[in-house]
Amino acid sequence: MSNKKMKNVTPVQKEYQELAKSKEPKRPLLKNCVKAFFVGGFICLIGQVLQEIFMHYFHFDQSKAGDPTVACLIFLSVVLTSLGVYDKFGQWAGAGSAVPVTGFANSMASAAIEHRSEGLVLGVGANMFKLAGSVIVFGVFSAFVVGIVYLIFGLGG
Amino acid sequence: MLIGHRTWAFENRPVISGAAAVVGPEEGNGPLANDYDIIHEDKMLGQDSWEKAEQTLLEEAAKLALERAGIPKERIGFYISGDLLNQITSSSYTARTLSVPYIGVFGACSTSMESLALAAFIVNGGGAEHVLSATSSHNSTAERQFRYPTEYGAQKPPTAQYTVTGAGAAVVSKGEQADRNRPVIASATLGRVVDMGIKDPFNMGAAMAPAAVDTIQAHLKDLNRTPGDYDLIVTGDLAGVGYEIALELFRKHQVPIEETQYYDCGLMVYDRNKQPVQAGGSGCACSAVVTYGHLLKRMARGELRRILVVATGALMSPTTVQQGESIPCIAHAVCIENGGMSE
Repeated sequence: MSNKKMKNVTPVQKEYQELAKSKEPKRPLLKNCVKAFFVGGFICLIGQVLQEIFMHYFHFDQSKAGDPTVACLIFLSVVLTSLGVYDKFGQWAGAGSAVPVTGFANSMASAAIEHRSEGLVLGVGANMFKLAGSVIVFGVFSAFVVGIVYLIFGLGG
Repeated sequence: MLIGHRTWAFENRPVISGAAAVVGPEEGNGPLANDYDIIHEDKMLGQDSWEKAEQTLLEEAAKLALERAGIPKERIGFYISGDLLNQITSSSYTARTLSVPYIGVFGACSTSMESLALAAFIVNGGGAEHVLSATSSHNSTAERQFRYPTEYGAQKPPTAQYTVTGAGAAVVSKGEQADRNRPVIASATLGRVVDMGIKDPFNMGAAMAPAAVDTIQAHLKDLNRTPGDYDLIVTGDLAGVGYEIALELFRKHQVPIEETQYYDCGLMVYDRNKQPVQAGGSGCACSAVVTYGHLLKRMARGELRRILVVATGALMSPTTVQQGESIPCIAHAVCIENGGMSE
């Protein structure tokens, strides 16, 4: 059946979909939000601690300290992914583990591990950005749009 | 032979002369652990890819079923098998190992009963003396095929199901007098594709429930039976959500399902309170390992005399789902009886 036809849902289908909806266990939205808030916050707290360490003990200035901090978090996430822990953590933490940079690292590391059996070039290389790719595409595109806006309104100075 | 619209009654009473269920670690931690023939502690089974691991599961199940039946593989007429991977490779590569005539089938998670029904049909009609029917699924190959990389930390909704890692195989043989105590395949009803417009691939139970109810109703109507004629009716992998919907549909269609025990393999294979499986189990192996491992043993103990196994399958692909198509579903039912039971 084509998509257009499916838009005209038959009454029987409509009735069934309502029944199915009523039997569907709801995602625990509030619980998930609270968890995501605290887990996401906790990951950022770790980042903050790392940044302070780099500033106080290794004498980075505030903007430069960001780079090794992110590298540490990415490393941590990749290690946890490789040990098979991050996916279980992700199921529990939800958006809390997906939104920070650790989630991005996990999406790349997991795809790389998954496709290792298909070889380095066509497996790991070609599939590593399978999940993360759209973040990059739309990230670059958003930056482009913002750049145009700055140019037109002359806010760039 | 053909009774009613789409039910085969097997008058020559083909028997299941040997069956085996091989599973992975998560299933081994489940409530039916004692009924499986082999439980693997390692999800990789010592192989270097998930796909090879699944193939090994299937090969082991096939080998064990043949041993149980006491038949060398040379005497197998046909090997009928299917799985969830692209081009059903687990089945075809196992057929390469077995090197017997091979019929590859695809019915998604309904493959277990689809292949068993076809095997019984061939044996009943004299097309072969022994037919091997088998199916497999592996949690990690299915995740990769249908969802995300296994280690990706995405949160699954409570309606999601956990693909069973395992394989089930059964040898269907021509019924003989000596086989009186073996389980007999009495009849089978083949399903039609039912699509109620559900589009959520994380809610397959809801998509498949109408197909299961449709096939069960057709089976009962064709054979002029009521649910009370069965000791047990099980659906394949509707799991928590689909099971509740199926109960509701039976009520709505006035099928007196309360006359019998009605349950779902997706709920039997795991303990949902202790295992991280969300709504329950799914996958080709779900109905296969529960039937060939657990249910046949209960029949052998005399606890069940006649059962109806209704394997349910969702026939979508990741591509069609992403293109916004709804999920077409199917269910195939096979009625298994104790050998001593008369028609």
